[in-house]
Amino acid sequence: MAAIDEANVVAVAAPRDVAGARRWAKLARELPVVPIVILLPFVVMALFANWIAPYDPTEPIPGAKIFEPPFWMSGGSRHWLLGTDFQARDVLSRLIFGARVSLIVGVAGTIVAGGIGTTMGIVSGYFGGWVDQVVMRVTDAWLALPALVFALFLATMVGPSMWNIVIILGCVYWTRYARVIRGEVLSLREREFVKLAEIAGAGKLRVILRHILPNVLNTAMVLASLTIGVVIIAEASLSFLGVGVPAPQPAWGSMLSDGRSMLMVGDWWLTVFPGTCILLVVLPTQLLGDWLRVRLDPQLRNL
Amino acid sequence: MPAPLLELHDVQKYFRVSTGTFPRRKIGWVKAVDGVDFSVYPGETLGLIGESGCGKTTTSKLILLQEAPTAGAIRFDGEDVGALRGPELMRYRREVQVVFQDPYSSLSPRMRVGDIIAEPLQIHTNMTREALATRVSEVLELVGLQPDLARLFPHEFSGGQRQRIAIARALATHTRLIVLDEAVSALDVSIRAQIMNQLEHLQASLGVSYLFIGHDLATVAHISHRIAVMYLGRIVEMADSLELCAKPLHPYTQALFTAALPAHPDQRHEKLALAGEVPSALDPPSGCRFHPRCPHAMPQCSRETPAAREMAPGHMVACHLY
Amino acid sequence: MAPLLQVSDLQTYYASFGGSRIVKAVDRVSFTLNEGETIGLVGESGSGKTTACLSIVGLLPNAARIVGGSIEFAGEELTTKRQADLRHIRGRQIAMILQDPMASLNPLFSIYRQVAEPAYYHRGLRRRPLRERVQELLRAVRIPSPAVRMREYPHQMSGGMRQRVVGAIAMAGGPKLIIADEPTTNLDVTIQAQYLDVLKDIQERTGVALIFVTHNLGIVAKMCDRMAVMYAGKIVEQGSVRDLFRSAKHPYTRALLGSMPKLGSKEPLFAIPGQPPNLARLPGGCAFHPRCPQAMPKCAAEEPADRAFAADWSARCWLLEEDAKEKYAGAVA
Repeated sequence: MAAIDEANVVAVAAPRDVAGARRWAKLARELPVVPIVILLPFVVMALFANWIAPYDPTEPIPGAKIFEPPFWMSGGSRHWLLGTDFQARDVLSRLIFGARVSLIVGVAGTIVAGGIGTTMGIVSGYFGGWVDQVVMRVTDAWLALPALVFALFLATMVGPSMWNIVIILGCVYWTRYARVIRGEVLSLREREFVKLAEIAGAGKLRVILRHILPNVLNTAMVLASLTIGVVIIAEASLSFLGVGVPAPQPAWGSMLSDGRSMLMVGDWWLTVFPGTCILLVVLPTQLLGDWLRVRLDPQLRNL
Repeated sequence: MPAPLLELHDVQKYFRVSTGTFPRRKIGWVKAVDGVDFSVYPGETLGLIGESGCGKTTTSKLILLQEAPTAGAIRFDGEDVGALRGPELMRYRREVQVVFQDPYSSLSPRMRVGDIIAEPLQIHTNMTREALATRVSEVLELVGLQPDLARLFPHEFSGGQRQRIAIARALATHTRLIVLDEAVSALDVSIRAQIMNQLEHLQASLGVSYLFIGHDLATVAHISHRIAVMYLGRIVEMADSLELCAKPLHPYTQALFTAALPAHPDQRHEKLALAGEVPSALDPPSGCRFHPRCPHAMPQCSRETPAAREMAPGHMVACHLY
Repeated sequence: MAPLLQVSDLQTYYASFGGSRIVKAVDRVSFTLNEGETIGLVGESGSGKTTACLSIVGLLPNAARIVGGSIEFAGEELTTKRQADLRHIRGRQIAMILQDPMASLNPLFSIYRQVAEPAYYHRGLRRRPLRERVQELLRAVRIPSPAVRMREYPHQMSGGMRQRVVGAIAMAGGPKLIIADEPTTNLDVTIQAQYLDVLKDIQERTGVALIFVTHNLGIVAKMCDRMAVMYAGKIVEQGSVRDLFRSAKHPYTRALLGSMPKLGSKEPLFAIPGQPPNLARLPGGCAFHPRCPQAMPKCAAEEPADRAFAADWSARCWLLEEDAKEKYAGAVA
């Protein structure tokens, strides 16, 4: 019913700053605490790895043996809290620097994917006709390829490096954006404010930048938060398969791969720690994505 | 009489209808607008009335260059609109604006009201920010809103206020013709009266012309100087508003008057003699489009298309009865 | 004779924001409806007319509660009934027609199945009698060749035909009361006229009572015997349609009538200034006073009571009280 519609309740005459302050207070109340608390240490680790990490992650610790266990196990040492790997490198330092790789690839890969996908979706949806046909058929073809195998193929073609991985994953995961955003644009294009702009003589670029883009950004944000996890896992998978971040540089995926063979002899810390890290980063990003979706989508917000 | 501002001359718009995705087969043409003639004079309101599917919305799209006519010519200030290019086209875009029915969909939710109103000015002029802000305040005051509301977002307004904002935007560029496409249909009764009075007031002070498209006879008749009645893509009758109310000639116009709701319970109720529903424009009836539903249909009506005849000065009707 | 429906002092409130704010959508609403009678519930959006009707049929959304008053239907109190018992009354004795026929019809079922459902459950009809009953109902709402059209699906019909099917479903249980909530808003003018004629026809033959919820005073003039004008959750004036159209007492009723364009007249419309009220923050006193052309200081301070001044005519307005006093004073002098 219109009468209890929040739109009517909002004060027309209320001073702006008061309303703004109230909005921030409300946002602070609703902020999802758990995922942020989980995610924050990893972000700090990634940003300040150079200062936090006790050792150089790519060099063996002088005086340490290989496969030393964590400190609380018999034979463990407080000098290397989480043990050492097959080259006597510090596992903790490698995890800390690995966070940097995972988060950079996750965020940057998502931005690349979002950029490509949103552009494709807007172009396809707004121009329609044969442009739409071409873009959507390309998207279909893309979706028909198994994502990881495709990424593997591209990675072996261009050679492994962190920024190559970013671009490869962006090129693999843009399809979801393109489809969703195109659908959104199709309905926006029929909205009257878009028609009004066209009738007033606005050019296509202006309509796209001022009327279409701001109205699909919410959706793009939600998709992005849901894509980050997928991209992080994909990077880990590529690294695990040996075509990810090249060798001495630490990445959680390659750590898993290196430790895999030692699982049989009981050296569990080499795999469990990086595995747990991946879980602890991916899970909260998904939770944040859900929260964003509810917040940014007015249809869901009141549920 | 002065020269008309907008002239439609035998305008047609056919849409191709196809089925299937691959291969697509053409199954026919929808004759949405099929030979429409009318003119809008400076400072005048022409009412265009008809039921859904009669082609009134397509007509407005043609005028607003959202669609290109299949045949016929639309002239503005004597110039063929279809042939306008470059600066001439921009001038037309500046001088012809529209207000739509739904005040919720016609204002971009992510723009401030001031930016929404200023947009056509930004497109067409090189005004400075200060000049834009001044003009925005001016037009907001014209439509009866406080100028300081320009910094708010659309969701902070009620439906009637939003429609005022839409009108303000349409006026901002010193517009000469505003197409009002069901512009008051979605509003509450009391707000509708406010907006209609405001529109009349603006016309009197600014001399702007309106093409008022609607389906409610009483509303259209109240605001319009002349009325054109549309049925299945054609104009069946056109006359001065009061003349049409006093003496509707075409059987379809008469049916519309019978169907109109009474203004008072004592008013005599007539049962509607009109049977059936508006046929599909995909396969419209031959001859006079109205003959399958017409209580006065004659054999001739299904064979020949009646031509428009002037029954009294300015009163045109297309019917074999006359 | 006892009235068919007696609503007295009905209060339905919405709790929004977890109960922190109460919205009085329906506030002390009282009206009665006799058998075979038609009442028009008139008001602008947000005036509470729809909520009042949903209270009667017990279909309120979760956030809304009936917090006071009574609804007596055919001698039975509805507000204290359990949902299960209400279900029997709803559909069988009280039917509802909503604005959007497409939303009321299930796109997956044929017209036959949807019209047959109430007769199947409430009357226990099967096979041939059921088929005949469906055809009879479709004929009653003047759907041409019902035997053919009942096999169609909703998307194959036009808006006017669909709304007639909804009417047929409403009639299927043989109700004593039909509540029609803006049933013709989406219909074309001539289709609307045909549909209203059909409803009138049905009423004449079956004697069903009608509540018409609408913002369109023309529909009230055409269809209703009595009308109740709602503003901000309250009935501000009610009485016979003739009396109110001829000499409404409440300034809001008069303003509404004045804002209605009349065919063949170019007289300027009376526009009520200001915006419709926001139920979450109503002004004190009479809710209409900020927009009322005749407001007095008293109107902002105190709320007027409902005052009856004829057998079937009452209004809530201080003007009437003042009026009455003056007359009384005049008589004494």
